[in-house]
Amino acid sequence: MIPFDFDYYKPASVQKAVEWFQILHLQGKNPMYFSGGTEMITWARRNSIQPGAVLDLKAIPECNVMDFKKDSLVIGSCVTLSALSATNLFPLLSETAQGAADQTARNKITLGGNICGQIYYREAVLPLLLANSRMVIAGLKGMKEVSIHDVFFQQIRLEKEEFLVQIVIDRGYLSLPYVHYKKRQIGNVGYPLVTVAALKKDNQIRTAYSGVCAFPFRSFEIEQALNDPLLPLAVKIEQAIGKLPAPILTNAEGTASYREFVLKQTMAEAVNVLEGR
Amino acid sequence: MPSYDTALYPMEFHVNGERRTIRVRAADTLLYILRDNLGLTGSKSGCDNGDCGTCTILVNGLPQKSCLMLGVEAFGQHITTIEGLVNSPVQEAFVQKQAFQCGYCTPGFIMNCHGLLNVHPDANEETIRVWLESNICRCMSYEEIHKAVKAVFTGSRKS
Amino acid sequence: MGAVGQSVPRKETWEKVTGRTKYIDDNPRPGLLHAQIAVSPHAHAKILSIDTSDAWKIPGVRAVITGQYYPILTGSPLADRPPIAIDKVRYYGEPIALVVAEQEYMAEMAALQIKAEYELLPVVHSPSEAYQKDAPLIHEHLAEYKRHEEVYPEAGTNIANRTKIRKGNRQEGWNKSVHAIEVHVTVPQSDHAAMEMRCSIAEILPGGKTIIHSASQSPYVIRRAISQSFQIPLHNVVVHTPLVGGSFGGKSAIQIEYLAYLASRAVGGKAVKLVNSRELDMISSPVHIGLDATIKLGCTHEGTIAAAEILYLYDGGAYADRGAVMSRAGAVDCTGPYRIDNVYCDSLCMYTNHPYSTSFRGFGHPELTFAMERAMDLLADQVNMDPLEFRFHNAIGPGDTTPTQTLLDRSNIGDLPMCIAKLKTVIHWDDRPILEIDGHLIKVKGVCCFWKTSNTPTDAGAGAVVIFNPDGSVNLLCGAVEIGQGTRTALTQILAERLRMDDRMIAISTEVNTETDPQHWKTVASRSTFLVGNAILKAADDAIEQLKNIASIVLECSPIELDVGGGRVFFKNRSDSGIEVAKIANGYKFPSGNTIGGQVIGRGSYAMRNLTLLDPETGKGNPGPEWTVGAQAVEVELNTRDYTYKIVMAATVIDAGKVINPEFARSQITGAMSMGLSFASREAFLFDNKGVILNSQLRTYKLIRYGEQPEYRVDFIETPHLEAPYGLRGIGEHGLIGMPAALANSLSTAVGVGLNQLPLTPESIWRTVHDSV
Repeated sequence: MIPFDFDYYKPASVQKAVEWFQILHLQGKNPMYFSGGTEMITWARRNSIQPGAVLDLKAIPECNVMDFKKDSLVIGSCVTLSALSATNLFPLLSETAQGAADQTARNKITLGGNICGQIYYREAVLPLLLANSRMVIAGLKGMKEVSIHDVFFQQIRLEKEEFLVQIVIDRGYLSLPYVHYKKRQIGNVGYPLVTVAALKKDNQIRTAYSGVCAFPFRSFEIEQALNDPLLPLAVKIEQAIGKLPAPILTNAEGTASYREFVLKQTMAEAVNVLEGR
Repeated sequence: MPSYDTALYPMEFHVNGERRTIRVRAADTLLYILRDNLGLTGSKSGCDNGDCGTCTILVNGLPQKSCLMLGVEAFGQHITTIEGLVNSPVQEAFVQKQAFQCGYCTPGFIMNCHGLLNVHPDANEETIRVWLESNICRCMSYEEIHKAVKAVFTGSRKS
Repeated sequence: MGAVGQSVPRKETWEKVTGRTKYIDDNPRPGLLHAQIAVSPHAHAKILSIDTSDAWKIPGVRAVITGQYYPILTGSPLADRPPIAIDKVRYYGEPIALVVAEQEYMAEMAALQIKAEYELLPVVHSPSEAYQKDAPLIHEHLAEYKRHEEVYPEAGTNIANRTKIRKGNRQEGWNKSVHAIEVHVTVPQSDHAAMEMRCSIAEILPGGKTIIHSASQSPYVIRRAISQSFQIPLHNVVVHTPLVGGSFGGKSAIQIEYLAYLASRAVGGKAVKLVNSRELDMISSPVHIGLDATIKLGCTHEGTIAAAEILYLYDGGAYADRGAVMSRAGAVDCTGPYRIDNVYCDSLCMYTNHPYSTSFRGFGHPELTFAMERAMDLLADQVNMDPLEFRFHNAIGPGDTTPTQTLLDRSNIGDLPMCIAKLKTVIHWDDRPILEIDGHLIKVKGVCCFWKTSNTPTDAGAGAVVIFNPDGSVNLLCGAVEIGQGTRTALTQILAERLRMDDRMIAISTEVNTETDPQHWKTVASRSTFLVGNAILKAADDAIEQLKNIASIVLECSPIELDVGGGRVFFKNRSDSGIEVAKIANGYKFPSGNTIGGQVIGRGSYAMRNLTLLDPETGKGNPGPEWTVGAQAVEVELNTRDYTYKIVMAATVIDAGKVINPEFARSQITGAMSMGLSFASREAFLFDNKGVILNSQLRTYKLIRYGEQPEYRVDFIETPHLEAPYGLRGIGEHGLIGMPAALANSLSTAVGVGLNQLPLTPESIWRTVHDSV
């Protein structure tokens, strides 16, 4: 049960959302955007966050699209993970999204919510990092489209009043060879020990990771190591592990040492499969 | 220090085929509203954190966890709870296979399974597993649930 | 055809599939107040001060209390636990204050505002640590605690209870042994995790009558505990227990009921509800016991076990509760179901700075069986005997004695060799190798045996009342709680069998009400069909006698000429001649209007017979009326690359005495098997180095989900227990007991290294294999 009260707003347009946010902010309401709301509810019931007002983005038309615009796939931030997987326009994203939480939760969790969440894993980001996708962000100055690499570094970096409206992916990425591994110690539901998403473009393997560090990431240094034609696989993996951007995570899903053991195997599997394609 | 100046939000939605108009606290989850405002206690609280599935209901035909949804989010939506199922083949199958022990998780399992039957009447084993692993049965009557679900989907394929 | 042996559906079947079932928290009522507890963030600390002023500032708050409000010590057998901490906290999650408010969210917010200051004390992390001579003391006043049942705490230590088993001669046993092994095992604490969280509603009426609604396995113990703790006459405490949404032992402890009572008392007796969040249900309420064990086992050249030397250190957590009794149960059955002449065992309940332990399905047996059966596999390997053959060779039977020196006969021990023999067939033991390798996948089987007796108080008992309605149908009143096991339905089958009537003509409520239902000790220990069943048989016989008496007057004969069945009382030698029960069930009215007799009400009660306390020095005594024995197996498929595995098959052959309802029996066994596999493969509380639990949600504390259940193979042997209704034996817990052991034995064979720590996660296997290289 959420132990405090908040006001609820459901703006019907991008502009209204930003405006209302600004007003609520000035009123000292500590407002917060949400789309699926699953994470907001779970944090709030533990009193870990205390927004005085919440803005539900689900009524904004732009946030609910899932369609091609010229040579790009545009996905609204309020599209649910299960809808994403069912439509299957970007198979790697479908598969990655399918790994989060469980089916009835995925009927509520949205792509935008997963990307902008506070929970370490945020697995849906991985394919977007690999596909150099672009983020459409709404703010006080209207909408802007920026590279994911400019706004997502460990986590999404938005101004307070900004929110994610859409994700844009070049059509060319949708049908590239890919692999996705979500490794858990046991069971089919739950956070990852290690998740690796990888695709191959222009003969180069790109990889992105969740569950390895306290944030999802794609590392160009790691890709450099993995794509070095002169190195045997084992050495590639060793070098890649040396390039991890932060210490390996230890938590209820597993310790750092076991994670590293599984990560190496998974990296090797990914490279093996993609090198053959 | 919060001071409760609780604003109640007028809500209109459809629950089990009936239009309901009530006033709710914005921070209350749909699960709480169904149970405490509407007396529909068939949906159970098992974790309030989206982890166990005992509170599963249908939102516009799709199974969702009512503990992961604010009541106000349900404005204008069509909600079906276990109380709204009438002669679902899923219920009959659960009866035939005695697919429960304590019964606490049963409404959630049945709603999920009923939702699946509506969306994918010809679901294969893998799809069934992926959907139903959203719910936990601590009595671990999974074999009986599996038999019940199999009976439902075999039946639906025939008809 | 009789009702016993039929798979009749649960009485409450349709309510359960339509959401109409009313569990404890399903009756919203206006005016109900809500309680919430504030808990300790530390595992071991002195409480310096508690500031409740900010909590009072929350609107809607009606009361805020701390341990000082009503300083008492509760707990049985050892009264060592204040319902709300006084002076110090002994585990992370221990209640330190309680708030009552108008709305649940107000109570929650107010509880969050409670501020306490602590002085941290060193934390005792395990029973082995607690056993060290210089370990920090968790209970400084152990000697002063009141004792309710047999319990032997040792003042100045962390030992809450010690049970000694001294059977035969230790030295002689070792002299006979050619082979010997020693094994250490560790089972961490975990949780019951019933889907329904614990909940209690208390109300004190102006006249002093106290009404408690509780999701509990022990409504009659709640009544006694509230009566004793708060000096209320027993008959003025009424406890209602509706259908319970799973419990597995966890709802047999009295914990939240004290808090609900205090909450109501703090607001002048108004009705107050206290319901646990999932997190509090896991960390604040009592949990599943842990164990550190050391077993030394020796056998002769022929593989006959000659000596067992055992140390069981149960992790009772911060308070003794039923952990003390579980440690005694662990001593009673310490050897597993094997004939061993020389046994030396100390079984202890240790205090630690963990949540406190209460009964969990199997009552100390899954843990000791894991230890003992790992030892059995090791010794079998050393003697170079087939593991099942080795167990068969040493299986206990009639004429043998148990560790408590109880003499066994066919009735009280059943037939373990038959279970083992049947298991072999069921799992194709002789047709396929134990271990099959296919690339990086290893398929391997592990086996074990189990036994368990009940360890109830020596006077545990139950009553039953059988009320005939005017149409000949029957209402059955009894105190067994329906926790999902199907007991209340099975009891109507037992009654139907005795009355020779259609079980559908027998009604039984879903709720237990201590004001109207005759007492039943507790719904635990797989004892309800035994205790209540025996009471029902007596009540049925009483009713039959009454029916025959009235009928004999109407039919102008002697009652001994009559029989009852099929809704009629009839002549034994002329069954077509008689009278319908409906005509005499509420007395018989002659055509003249003159009436004889009255409503037929059968009454019966039963209490345990011939049980004795254990001798404190040797453990000699009779702990239970019978044992249930069985043999189990698990087959896994292990991936040798990352040590993940799949549980492919699990099998149980159990001597059930008599199967009352085959469908219920099978689902009790299979459910228990999966529960055992779940806890053995993944469930454990994860503590940090300060004793804080890191996985108090079902998201990180994982349970087996749909689709992960193995293929089950279940078979029953029926060796009647002569004291029990239709010969039945308890089976509610037993499917679980051997699962951790069988899983560990299979995985140990697969990796060629002993896996002696639960849970058997891929990481723990990897670590063990890695460390042994």
